[in-house]
Amino acid sequence: MANAALDDHMPEDHIPDRTKMHVSDEIAIQITNMNKWYGEFHVLRDINLTVNQGERIVICGPSGSGKSTLIRCINRLEEHQKGDIIVNGFELNSDLKNIDKIRAEVGMVFQHFNLFPHLTVLENCTLAPIWVRKTPKREADETAMQMLERVKIPEQAYKYPGQLSGGQQQRVAIARSLCMKPKIMLFDEPTSALDPEMIKEVLDTMISLAEEGMTMLCVTHEMGFARMVANRVIFMDEGQIVEQNEPEEFFHNPKSDRTKLFLSQILGH
Amino acid sequence: MSHDRNTAFVASGQIPPAAPPPNLTGPIGWVRENLFDGIWNSILTLVSIAVIVLLVPPIFEWAFLRGVWNATSLQHCREIIQAAHGEGTTGACWAVINERFNQIQFGFYPTDLYWRPLLAFVLMFVALAPVLFSSVPRVMLWLTAAYPIIAFFLIWGGLGLEPVESAKLGGFMLALIIGVTGIAASLPLGIVLALGRQSNMFFIKTVCVVFIEFIRGVPLITLLFVASVLLNYFLPPGTEFDLILRVCIMVTLFSSAYMAEVIRGGLAALPQGQYEAADAMGLNYWKSTRLIIMPQALKVAIPGIVNSFIGLFKDTTLVSVIGLLDPVGLLNPIRADQNWNGILWELYSFVALFFFVFCFSMSRYSMYLENKLKTDR
Repeated sequence: MANAALDDHMPEDHIPDRTKMHVSDEIAIQITNMNKWYGEFHVLRDINLTVNQGERIVICGPSGSGKSTLIRCINRLEEHQKGDIIVNGFELNSDLKNIDKIRAEVGMVFQHFNLFPHLTVLENCTLAPIWVRKTPKREADETAMQMLERVKIPEQAYKYPGQLSGGQQQRVAIARSLCMKPKIMLFDEPTSALDPEMIKEVLDTMISLAEEGMTMLCVTHEMGFARMVANRVIFMDEGQIVEQNEPEEFFHNPKSDRTKLFLSQILGH
Repeated sequence: MSHDRNTAFVASGQIPPAAPPPNLTGPIGWVRENLFDGIWNSILTLVSIAVIVLLVPPIFEWAFLRGVWNATSLQHCREIIQAAHGEGTTGACWAVINERFNQIQFGFYPTDLYWRPLLAFVLMFVALAPVLFSSVPRVMLWLTAAYPIIAFFLIWGGLGLEPVESAKLGGFMLALIIGVTGIAASLPLGIVLALGRQSNMFFIKTVCVVFIEFIRGVPLITLLFVASVLLNYFLPPGTEFDLILRVCIMVTLFSSAYMAEVIRGGLAALPQGQYEAADAMGLNYWKSTRLIIMPQALKVAIPGIVNSFIGLFKDTTLVSVIGLLDPVGLLNPIRADQNWNGILWELYSFVALFFFVFCFSMSRYSMYLENKLKTDR
């Protein structure tokens, strides 16, 4: 069965409970006619995407297709040149106040974790709440410990990131984002830099997050995760959205030739 | 039993850890590994031992066994040595240091006011303590902040203290004034310049680049001459602008250009992801620079920063070419004295010892700091 490849790294003991994942009518992100260029190169072409609160969206596609660039535009790590992006009701433009407001509400998890190596795990988690949200230190510490417990590594709180394994570091990175109580989480290939053994623990954390109703946009190649957690899968190629559908339909009944080719390449072996 | 022939193999249990072969550890292991590891290493070790045996005893004998601490002139020194150790023997004449000790320390500072620079010197360590060691209570930083003002009034007088003019300052005191001012001021200035050079704002960036490249392209001596001679032409006539202050400013500017480049190296060593992570959390530029970027960049740059500090501290001896009486500049008048004419090794090695103590301390401190900030193990 082709799905064997799909479920490669999924934790067997943790079957996601889709009934808990509720999609509301409220719009979290609205992207209309968005375009972006790197110099002459047209990376994102006419992107239209509306994400409701509570949606779990997986974005996949070949490398260089613009999927990372797309989610990095949502918190303005990349600047778009045309079109509108509205996040939580704030429009992303060159207004720095809006950008910082949006960034405080949107958590991001990176492929290479990007933890701050000179701070302990706990300090990594409390930094933004203290300095951006002005949370008192004690309260920030408490929240951080709760979040570390949620990703199941409270015992590592006083270690430095360099002393943890890759999977642990990525879970700290997730906890760090959660400490800001974000409304939306962006995942930029969160498991691509991890050993197979560690992918499971990170996916497990992400599944729990989905079950708690978090709005999530994940760029990932974990098709098992897409099938079991996502409510929508988006396939991108050459800077545009080629196809989007519910996971069952997307995997079993792809419409576009490019999607079929992509799926056959990643699942066919 | 070899198990490579069998494709199917199951370990019968965990192999327990065993002690290493005796030659690998302990003092014998250390000597083997470090001194006699192979033929070349052994030859080098033997040659080094020979050099030490040949050089150290005679130097020790000259400096300590036959050294003279109390005498009135070089001639007197020689007489004492030859009386004690026989005709034709030589020895160190430390008496010159003994006699001129105060001068080498303070230059021509009024003798009855020596307590003031000495107090400033002691306070310097108290002010440095909270900066250098995080275990010192943070309240002390207030003293650190006030120290430049306190030291200024202690050394130059004012506020009821008897004023002392700059021309009387000299010796180790002068080297420390210029060196410490340069070190303390060039680090923050260097940080600002390094950040400016990385700025997206064209004007700020250009100013920083031009400043850094200009200062780095000019020898320090030139800048010192500008400070001592040329600056007077540009200032309105009659302006009294203290020479030592001018020199301090020039040394600071010179050193800050180098500092900026060292820190820029530290900034360049940070992965882009650190900037992105800080941005993605909603930290603004100043917060992310202060909390995320600078602590890491400075840590990477510690060896280079301390290198610049040491270089700057030793460069303070260059002020002797514009007539300031730093330790090296003071040696000439001492040697010109009829009593001490012809003395060389004793004076220069004493000054060298002073610089070595300070530079070596800085070097050791940097190693301590690097070790302390290590967070990957």
